[in-house]
Amino acid sequence: MPNQSILLSMKHITKTFPGVKALDDVSLDVKEREIHALVGENGAGKSTLMKVLSGVYPYGTYDGDIFLEGKRCAFSNIKQSEQAGIVIIHQELALSPYLSIAENMFIGDERARFNIINWDKTREDALKYMERVGLHENPNTPVNKLGVGKQQMVEIAKALAKNAKLLILDEPTSALNEKDSEHLLEILKELRDTSDISSVLISHKLNEVASVADSVTILRDGRTIETLEVKRIPGENASISEDRIIKGMVGREITEMFPKRSNPIGDVLFEVQEWTVYNPDNPEKKKLDDVNIKVRAGEVVGLAGLVGAGRTELAMSVFGRAYGDAISGHTLIDGEEVDISTIPKAISHGVAYVPEDRKELGLVLIQNVKENTTIAKLRKIAKLSVINEHEENVVAEDFCKRLNTKTPTILQTTGNLSGGNQQKVVLSKWLFSDPRVLILDEPTRGIDVGAKHEIYTIINSLAAQGMACILISSEMPEIIGMSDRIYVMSEGRITAELPGRTTTQEEIMRNILNN
Amino acid sequence: MSGLIAILKKNVRQYMMVIALAVAMVAFGILTDGIFFRPVNLTNLVLQNSYVLILAVGMLLCTLTGNVDLSVGSIVCFIGALCGVMMVDLQWNPYVAMLLALLVGALIGMWQGFWIAFVNVPPFIATLAGMLVFRGLGQVIMKGQTKAPFPKEFQLISSGYIPDPFGGLSIGALHFHVFTLLIGLLIVALIIFGEIQKRKKQKKYDFDMLPAGIWLAKVVFIATVLVAFTVVFAVYKGFPNILILLGILVIGYQFVASKTIQGRHIYALGGNRKAAELSGVKVKWVMFWIYTNMAILAAVAAMVFTARLNSATPKAGQNFEMDAIAACYVGGSAVSGGVGSIIGAVVGGLFIGVLNNGMSIIGISTDWQQAIKGFVLLAAVAFDLYSKSRSSKIA
Repeated sequence: MPNQSILLSMKHITKTFPGVKALDDVSLDVKEREIHALVGENGAGKSTLMKVLSGVYPYGTYDGDIFLEGKRCAFSNIKQSEQAGIVIIHQELALSPYLSIAENMFIGDERARFNIINWDKTREDALKYMERVGLHENPNTPVNKLGVGKQQMVEIAKALAKNAKLLILDEPTSALNEKDSEHLLEILKELRDTSDISSVLISHKLNEVASVADSVTILRDGRTIETLEVKRIPGENASISEDRIIKGMVGREITEMFPKRSNPIGDVLFEVQEWTVYNPDNPEKKKLDDVNIKVRAGEVVGLAGLVGAGRTELAMSVFGRAYGDAISGHTLIDGEEVDISTIPKAISHGVAYVPEDRKELGLVLIQNVKENTTIAKLRKIAKLSVINEHEENVVAEDFCKRLNTKTPTILQTTGNLSGGNQQKVVLSKWLFSDPRVLILDEPTRGIDVGAKHEIYTIINSLAAQGMACILISSEMPEIIGMSDRIYVMSEGRITAELPGRTTTQEEIMRNILNN
Repeated sequence: MSGLIAILKKNVRQYMMVIALAVAMVAFGILTDGIFFRPVNLTNLVLQNSYVLILAVGMLLCTLTGNVDLSVGSIVCFIGALCGVMMVDLQWNPYVAMLLALLVGALIGMWQGFWIAFVNVPPFIATLAGMLVFRGLGQVIMKGQTKAPFPKEFQLISSGYIPDPFGGLSIGALHFHVFTLLIGLLIVALIIFGEIQKRKKQKKYDFDMLPAGIWLAKVVFIATVLVAFTVVFAVYKGFPNILILLGILVIGYQFVASKTIQGRHIYALGGNRKAAELSGVKVKWVMFWIYTNMAILAAVAAMVFTARLNSATPKAGQNFEMDAIAACYVGGSAVSGGVGSIIGAVVGGLFIGVLNNGMSIIGISTDWQQAIKGFVLLAAVAFDLYSKSRSSKIA
């Protein structure tokens, strides 16, 4: 498409916080009718740039200029940027869970006369926008009854209702499964082609970026590194590869995203048999149905499946019955049945669970690195309940060193660390509990490429020490690259057992869908 | 210098409160022409506020979980009534009666803890119910009457002073309580020793620390203030019994909260209940014991209060829960939980107590006192939230 005019132009944006230059002379041009990916490691400045654009950081608190359709913009809050047609959709969805789709769509912009809401018009308009994003639901459905993928669609429909010209999506697919992700990306393409809406897509999933973006801007350390134009000729591969993007992001090529592991694999260490769990919100419904898995010492076993397949539920129900009702089945360690029916019992038997949501479930964000590191097994460093502070400091320092956690001191509040370093603190916590069975639930979600690689290396060294690792991930390349064996889950059941590394994504997908 | 600012910023709340307390005391000292600092007044200050401080210690643990206990005032009434029946009506041995009172306090706490921890009744509701139940039951027991007088042994809790085995020491016109002086000096020595140890540790691990000069000034200031207060008490009748009890409770609970597994579990639960649970913290039992403990301390406060008045009345303990809650929040507890300290709550309680006492001496009416206390609470929490939102913006 030649002669595309520039929709948005951010020129020489510099934003400083006390002591840190978060953005240093960053420029970004987004053309009309394009999907523009913005990539970079965590802390590269993507979110800051988008906050500057949307008026979260008001005009005057940064240097540089923003032009929308050639007009200079000086937003002092989000409302103004939305009026101008720039709508940002955050990673954490901003929907009110008990309100309906239609109500959510027009919050702050109600279809009303004299302050009285016109419900017919509300529903009618809602249906119109829902149609455009392919959301076929009753507009009166409360949004908490929808899956994350559909909630994301509500957000986009809401943005359309605000007459958005430019959508900014911050990690929109991080919580979505493959199918929903694909749907979302299709919608973005459709909006581009039929409604002339451009999008800025912030994503860590480089395969997505490579498959949909028309141009890619790479940020590193608060600077623009380059903008790559993507040529797409039907029938040929796009002119961009993931490796090319990674090279720009990290300033080096990661030759091997998934480091090799060559340790011997021992006997079966951990086993789950005939595991059946009912949904606590709907006691009639089985969430897990007769699941049997085994993990050997030194082995990494992947659990593949779509969101909702029951992988997290399996992990949490096994780990001290942190999920589920009417649980039945057996858990065995070294071939002997063990009672791990409460979390403290699970921990003392050497089972550890690194949860999916590290901010909500993994860390006490207002506490420091040290306190988070030792919480799961304080008695190791205590006598008669009194904590030995010296020992605690030594332990925390040691883990920071071993896992290469970047923190000023061990007294740093974990809420101030980057995602990758937070995950390392969660890992420290569980390694401190001396686990034999380590369950990792989406351990690299929302983490930048460099830190991902480090996490993989850590997992490998743990397996090499003889730990039995269970890896849950929605990123298929990760599951395939890291696992020795893969269980495919679908609707609460194990539907296939495949070898790791040699399996293809298509094969896993087939086993998910064939069920 | 930037290190100093960082430390001050991090601990701005604690420093602010101590400074505010010092300023208030000096101001009242001036406004009352020194009456405020007279030994008899300072002794009274301790006696008047002791029960609120005891409640604040327990309440702090509740606020750490992001909750409060509304029932403590009513428990004070109920236990007071029970003491009245046992000691005044039935003439039981006061020591046996006191032990029973503590036991009943524990049972009340377990009752409330059960609903909160195991039935998941929100603490606000469970203790609101407790507030009504125990006020009512207290009045039922008393049948609307006041119970008095109490035996001497019981009254000594609040009106007694520690003995002086050294017989006292006279210098000129002043008569000193030697044992009080010794205890005071011992405490100062322990604090200095502790501060030195802490600083050594900070150096060792390269943590942020105060510049040497300021650190020294801080230690000297604390030591001077404590010595001064010790001397003031020593020239009057020595330390009141109640101050010793209070001291033991504060130091004991501060130790548990900051140095033990149980304390760490409470903070973790308050900071993120789900994460704490997934880390193996038995969150239900922690909640259960926090509320059990609160009621036991309420029973202690009830005895202190009843002994001081030398009577049990149906109105006893009214609004004590509010004073204790205010003390915690003025003293730096976060409304969302997970942040706060026993010492902070005590400083907050003392601050409110000093305001009460000072304003009374100046002659400000109790109506105004109440209003002013309200403003202080609001200002303290608003300041807290403001400084938090600023620091989070910077990060």
